[in-house]
Amino acid sequence: MTAQTSTSRNYRETFSSGIWSRNPGIAQLLGLCPLLAVSRTLLTGLALGIATLLVICATNVLVSATRRWIDPRVRLPALVLIIAAFVTSVDLLFKAWWFELYGEIGLFIPLIVTNCVILSRAEAFASRNPLLPALLDGLGHGIGFLLVLTVLGAVRELVGNGLLIASLPPGGFFALAGLIALRNFCLTREAAA
Amino acid sequence: MSEQEKELGMPARAGRPAWQAVLSLAAFAALVGLVVGVAWDATRERIADNEARRVLAELSAVLPPALYDNEPHRDMILVSWPGDEQRQVWRARRDGRPVAAVLTSLAPDGYSGQIRLLVAVTTDGTILGVRVATHSETPGIGDAIEPRKSPWIGNFAGRSLTDPPEARWRLRKDGGDLDAISGATITSRAVVAATRRAVQYFRQHRDEIFAAPASGAANKPRD
Repeated sequence: MTAQTSTSRNYRETFSSGIWSRNPGIAQLLGLCPLLAVSRTLLTGLALGIATLLVICATNVLVSATRRWIDPRVRLPALVLIIAAFVTSVDLLFKAWWFELYGEIGLFIPLIVTNCVILSRAEAFASRNPLLPALLDGLGHGIGFLLVLTVLGAVRELVGNGLLIASLPPGGFFALAGLIALRNFCLTREAAA
Repeated sequence: MSEQEKELGMPARAGRPAWQAVLSLAAFAALVGLVVGVAWDATRERIADNEARRVLAELSAVLPPALYDNEPHRDMILVSWPGDEQRQVWRARRDGRPVAAVLTSLAPDGYSGQIRLLVAVTTDGTILGVRVATHSETPGIGDAIEPRKSPWIGNFAGRSLTDPPEARWRLRKDGGDLDAISGATITSRAVVAATRRAVQYFRQHRDEIFAAPASGAANKPRD
């Protein structure tokens, strides 16, 4: 629980690493189950991305705010409790305000609790850092995950209208593989330059 | 206390007594319980509203609003089918007299998981309409039971147990009179059988269905 050096460069790094260099979807390959199941259309991908973003930010903030009171021996169960509570709340929120959407993605919202991106950010970052970096870290990783879900959803919806396989799970794997390949290509070009 | 812990072989780095860990976890349980409680309370009314509106929308897809003047989505009873869990039945009335009922029918024998159907039947046993409420059939093939994908499900409207005759209430390839969705025989067979069962159940139990007092659960959200 050391005080972090708080330069703005650090903050920017904390935020942007989740979007590109350590993107949970295409760099760390975490949370693939919801990623592939829900990214069938742009709308469902975006919606689950927003739900995940809400959960990851709320979790990171609460974990960071209470990090001094969590006994290290029960930290993991406490984190799981916090995540479960926020997932339940987001589930209720969607049911109340985006009911039509809930009909399509409702099945997958409770599954956010098993998304290891959230637990890994809470455990590895938020429980060791002050409030602001924890929030930025959550925002970065949440937005990173949201972007991957949205792009995957858009690609699969576009292709899937003519080609059935793109909307089935194998199509999800192909589209994801394409995204990862694109990212690797960009990284190699960066390294070469 | 901490010496006791060492004797008991507790990890030395913990340093603090075990009850503190228990207390800290209990405090977190209470804290997150509060979070969920607040969220539940803030959304409860809207969710109940949404559910009621969804039921009404589902019902109006099979039940022409001109037929009735009551609130069928609140005039609901639970009936138990033989060897099965309870099913919902909504009743439509006009001037207090029964005109039609919407029955839930389950097709457990689809291609993938259970298909839940709504079957609207008039008091004389004519089908007003059939709609699939939930299913998990293959996208692009079995999902042709949804009206937005194919008009197939509309074929049931106007039929009854005399049209076609009860013995021929099956697919053509099973020796009956009804068409299947091409490529989705198993799905079509399951929907046809579930629809037939609903109409048969209604014929046997019509009077009890309309006589039973409405269930108090009608306004509660379904899970």
